[in-house]
Amino acid sequence: MDFKLSQEHLMARDLFRSFAENEVKPLAQEVDEEERFPVETVEKMGKLGFMGIPIPKEYGGQGCDYLTYAICVEELAKVCGTTAVILSAHTSLCQMPILHFGTEAQKQKYLVPLAKGETLGAFGLTEPGAGTDASGQHTKAVLDGDEYVLNGSKVFITNGYYADTYVIFAMTNKDLRSKGISAFIVEKGTPGFTFGTKEKKMGIRGSATYELIFTDCRIPKENLLGKEGQGYAIALDTLNGGRVGIAAQALGLAAGALEVSAAYVKTRKQFGKTLDRFQNTQFTLADMATRTEAARLLVYKSAWEHDTDPKNDGTASSMAKLYAAETASYVTNRAVQLHGGYGYIRDYDVERMMRDAKITEIYEGTSEVQRMVIAHNMLK
Amino acid sequence: MKIVVCIKQVPDTAGGVKFNPDGTLDRSAMLAIMNPDDKAGLEAALRLKDEYGAEVTVLTMGLPKADSILREAMAMGADNAILVTDRVLGGADTWATSQTLAGAIRNLDYDMIITGRQAIDGDTAQVGPQLSVHLGLPLVSYTQNLKIEDGYVIAERLFDDRHHVLKVKMPCLLTALSELNEPRYMTPGGIFDAFKAPVTVWGRKDLKDTLDSDLGKVGSPTQIAKASDKVRKGAGTLHVAEDGSEGAEYILAKLKEKFII
Repeated sequence: MDFKLSQEHLMARDLFRSFAENEVKPLAQEVDEEERFPVETVEKMGKLGFMGIPIPKEYGGQGCDYLTYAICVEELAKVCGTTAVILSAHTSLCQMPILHFGTEAQKQKYLVPLAKGETLGAFGLTEPGAGTDASGQHTKAVLDGDEYVLNGSKVFITNGYYADTYVIFAMTNKDLRSKGISAFIVEKGTPGFTFGTKEKKMGIRGSATYELIFTDCRIPKENLLGKEGQGYAIALDTLNGGRVGIAAQALGLAAGALEVSAAYVKTRKQFGKTLDRFQNTQFTLADMATRTEAARLLVYKSAWEHDTDPKNDGTASSMAKLYAAETASYVTNRAVQLHGGYGYIRDYDVERMMRDAKITEIYEGTSEVQRMVIAHNMLK
Repeated sequence: MKIVVCIKQVPDTAGGVKFNPDGTLDRSAMLAIMNPDDKAGLEAALRLKDEYGAEVTVLTMGLPKADSILREAMAMGADNAILVTDRVLGGADTWATSQTLAGAIRNLDYDMIITGRQAIDGDTAQVGPQLSVHLGLPLVSYTQNLKIEDGYVIAERLFDDRHHVLKVKMPCLLTALSELNEPRYMTPGGIFDAFKAPVTVWGRKDLKDTLDSDLGKVGSPTQIAKASDKVRKGAGTLHVAEDGSEGAEYILAKLKEKFII
């Protein structure tokens, strides 16, 4: 057993780290403050191949493994939670289902430009009445000639409005419940596909979170992803991989807050000495560091399992997502505490990191859902 | 067009310079990076490749661990990599280094050689110019904005306050500055490909038309007696002269005060 990253992964980490420091960090505060989608960063990441890291080269990707992708998300999240989730949703939630379930024609038409970063992707599963219980879909798709007609709406869609390609779930047979759900590829600009409210969020405020509305939206029959009725299985498979991405985002937020805090306590003086001389500070940092490292091991292991055992039961990614998300919330909370009053001020990165961390316990499966998955797999 | 770029692995001085008790650099205590001027030279070569089409070969002399900067160069877009490594080449000064690189380059077809202006560990700026002498090539140092025209390179040669535009026939040797450009990032897939790609490893026996007496420590006319960190310049003072003669008097008085005149 070897816990060392390979030379390739180490060099890739250096690349992601230097990109994050030079290109992403300088914008992080502004993007949050102004709730601005960082278009220019997404464009740069596209040109460098970051938008298609685990996609095979024949489909325009970089042909790297899932671990490399997870390390990329981690390094981005260390400085900007927004940028990390844009890349994660694009990669895990839009490209992976097309890669796993798409026809060759769909891959050529949609996956290639997504992987090259020429287009942006999003995923629409959640509805006002179908969050954790995703099987309660109200969006309908009815076959009419050579087209499916979509009606309904999706909420909380990451990369909404800015994305060009959407993987959308809808009921094709209500009687079959979850087995009656199908997945579709929908292009932005299709008549009948519009955007509703842009959500005002607590954290990851630069990422665009929109409502998608489908009103007699006609999409060609060939845009059915997988088979009719296979949608729920596609969603579960996609979310299993997506959890690795969000777990990596959570890990990055924790690691970023830890790094900033460790530097801060060496400079801040109280009672005539720097904060790092106080045992309370040392113990707090030790706990933060230990949990962050434990999260890293779970995240890397789940990424590794994604590469080596694609048919895994999802326990590893659920554990990684559960633990990393709760660690992100814990570590960023402690980071604010170590910063004292300054930590509560928006000029300091840890304030943003704490707000960004909370969502990792909620989206792409709440912590409660992760516990359900882990327990279900244990007890079946 | 074939371009050879000479690159060197150097200790990263960004985090401070560390010394051994004997005054030599403690390389093991510092991170190893691609020398910044060399990276600018590589970027210049890759831009020529993008614009005109070129085969870019990176060449380094060093320890086997210098392999990592060759991989990095390939992940940025270099096509081939050569590592010259041999115990007998150790302890080389600029003369022996340039002789070694010349011996390696004599095996290659090339239209242009690019080196960095100088390495951040030695700061000599001698290897590039020496290499041009050994190979009998015209040299343009401190270059930027390279263009190709009918077998000639049009290069801007930088001075403190201006630049000259020079036209030089290929083959030629150019030296590059880190101020010259912003080197590109690697790509993730490029990194994994670079580690699968072969690196040609040459030793003493592969160096062409090179004398043993010009190589390694034996072939090095200079030895480092002691190395130290750069002495930083003081902040200085600003004197606004009333007129020319008052200014001259002020300078003369200062020079006398310091016993310079």
